[in-house]
Amino acid sequence: MSTGWFVMVSAIVFCIGASGVLVRRNPLVILLCIELMLNAANLALVAFARAHGNHDGQIFAIIVMVVAACEVAIGLGIIVALYRRRLPIDVDELRELQG
Amino acid sequence: MDVETYGWLILLFPLAGSVFIGLLSQVAPWKLLGWLGTLAIAGSFASALGALFALQKLGEEERQVVAMAYDYAKTVGVDAEVSLLLDPLSIFMSVTITGVSTLIHLYSVAYMASDRGYARFFAYLNFFVFSMLLLILAGNFVLLIVGWAFVGAASYLLISFWYRRRTATSAGIKAFVINVVGDIGLVLGTYFIFKGTGTLDFLKTFERVDEVFEVNDPNLVAGCLLLLVGAFAKSAQIPFHTWLADAMEGPTPVSALIHAATMVTAGVYLIARMHPLFEQAPTAADVGAIGGCLTLLIAATIALVVTDLKRVIAYSTMSQIGYMVMAVSSAAYSAGIFHFMTHAFFKALLFMAAGSVIGAMAGAQDLDRMGGFRKAMPFTYGCMIIGGLALAGFPPFSGFFSKDEILAVIGAREDWHVVLMLLGYVGSFLTALYTFRMIFRAFHNEPVPEAVELSEGHLHHPDVPRNPVTGEEEDTDVGFPGPEHHIAEHEWPMKVAMGTLAIGAIAGGALQIPEVTHILHDFLEPTFAESRYYKELEPASGEIFLGLGAGALVSIAGIALAFLLYVKRRDRPARIRAKVAPLHRLFVNKWYFDEIIDTLIVRPFAFFGRFGRDTFERVVVNGLLVGGVSGLARAGSSAVRAIQTGFLRAYAALLLAGVAVIALYFLISAS
Repeated sequence: MSTGWFVMVSAIVFCIGASGVLVRRNPLVILLCIELMLNAANLALVAFARAHGNHDGQIFAIIVMVVAACEVAIGLGIIVALYRRRLPIDVDELRELQG
Repeated sequence: MDVETYGWLILLFPLAGSVFIGLLSQVAPWKLLGWLGTLAIAGSFASALGALFALQKLGEEERQVVAMAYDYAKTVGVDAEVSLLLDPLSIFMSVTITGVSTLIHLYSVAYMASDRGYARFFAYLNFFVFSMLLLILAGNFVLLIVGWAFVGAASYLLISFWYRRRTATSAGIKAFVINVVGDIGLVLGTYFIFKGTGTLDFLKTFERVDEVFEVNDPNLVAGCLLLLVGAFAKSAQIPFHTWLADAMEGPTPVSALIHAATMVTAGVYLIARMHPLFEQAPTAADVGAIGGCLTLLIAATIALVVTDLKRVIAYSTMSQIGYMVMAVSSAAYSAGIFHFMTHAFFKALLFMAAGSVIGAMAGAQDLDRMGGFRKAMPFTYGCMIIGGLALAGFPPFSGFFSKDEILAVIGAREDWHVVLMLLGYVGSFLTALYTFRMIFRAFHNEPVPEAVELSEGHLHHPDVPRNPVTGEEEDTDVGFPGPEHHIAEHEWPMKVAMGTLAIGAIAGGALQIPEVTHILHDFLEPTFAESRYYKELEPASGEIFLGLGAGALVSIAGIALAFLLYVKRRDRPARIRAKVAPLHRLFVNKWYFDEIIDTLIVRPFAFFGRFGRDTFERVVVNGLLVGGVSGLARAGSSAVRAIQTGFLRAYAALLLAGVAVIALYFLISAS
């Protein structure tokens, strides 16, 4: 199979993730969508690694996973904090940081 | 001890005195501080005498000692050292200054006794003496400029000493501003000379000046003229003289010390010290001589009509310094310095006597209100007469010899300087006239109520203290002359000071009696050894005696006229005034110098300042520069602030769009 297919799938998944981030208002779903984008990137990295015949891309993918794990930990922590303080679970309502 | 140690000690005493009095002013009993100040200056006087004797022990060639403490800066060709030049000129000036200062401090101990600023007064006075001695002893231009500026500052502090009086503070500011003009002249003049010679040290400058500059080299003439600006401002010569009369707002001992005996002679010293430069630039020297001559005549005419006792003496001081400036600018160096010494004696004496009279008048200074103090104040009257005779050049008082020596030596120049000599005799006549006008009006004729009160044994005190100039009621807090007044008849320190000076005023002439003694001329010779004129300029003995005779005659004529006008026929002055009304108006208005300076300099500058404040500052600086920059920042930040909506998804969209644009860019540029 040519690398093009893998990249195509990766692009589709990335677009789904990105549109989810833009469209959905629930932070939990937004986190999920970000996870989708990261995994799309991982897929592309691994595909290119296979095409080039070396392991650089695979190592990069593992690093991205680590980062993703950290990000999820923090993101979920924020969401739990929001829930505990009985704030609305809606990113459009949480806009106190406006300039 | 050697000369150098003495030289530093001369400076150390008054400096230490000033610092100690300043620090102790809150803790020590105030009577003690006055005596401490006097003692410090007496110590300085003793050191000056020590230096004098130590100097005389050296050979004649070696009598120019440079005492160096350390190099202040030695870089890019500038050799600024902390060094003193101890030679006969500077030592002689130091001896005279410290001597007279000691007596004036002694006088002040009693005179200022009821002033609440007593300690402050002595701290300032000691600081002044230190500054003046620094100026005199400085061995290079830098230290000279430092001393020069210190003296101006001390003068300002002492003129505005009674700072509750509006007149005193404005007089202080006026004096300070004009003195700063002089400071700038001195600094720029130094620059011109330094540019040519490449050294700031006096002796090295004098050595090189003949090689570097031709006679009347434009650079040197410019430098010397700028030095003259400094000298004229400090010595109150026309057109920089207007501050001196106003400086009489200060306490009387200050007038005696600073504005008669010492500070105002700094210009004379400067010209004498710089004589190798002025001899190489005769044009500048001529300007100095003519300026001095003009001042001596104009000031004498003003002194004829002024009715304020202290201002009469102030204008007389200007006139006498005119003689000295004329003398040192015409190469009559020893004569000028001789007149400086005798003038210091008799003018300080006159001021002290005037202070005593003012004390008896309870602060009033107007001659129109005085009269008949002769019986009530015999001691003051005697001192006034001695000082007056010396000032008028009555033989054989000290002023007679010094003034006639100036005129004789100037006459010996035998070119157009003879005109200056003749004008000097005119000035001499006016001097005698105005001096005795003042004395007769204050001491003769019918006693005024204050004099009657005093002869009954009681000193007059007003119910409400008033400013003698404006008549305003005074603010009696600190910074106001105390409620008590002191006269020489009741205070022994004043008596001692005045008595000693009176002896000096009588006998000071003995240093230089023509054809008999020339102690001063010989003593000063090492300083002026290289001078072109010092030894050559000897008036013939016939001319000398002719001059002495003429001087005596002119002086007696002036005194006689004053006696006629102000004692015998007292209706005459009013009639003469009416007859020459325009001239009288000119004199009373001081030749309109204040008005001319006001129109030509003060108003344009004030206008320019107002323009700067109201227009330039407000429109250009505040509006354009400050407002422009802050406005730009404000506009930019408000534009950027609009993006910060707080919507998370909007940020995400922006981020995505940005990344997409970057990705597109690389994609396009790669293909």
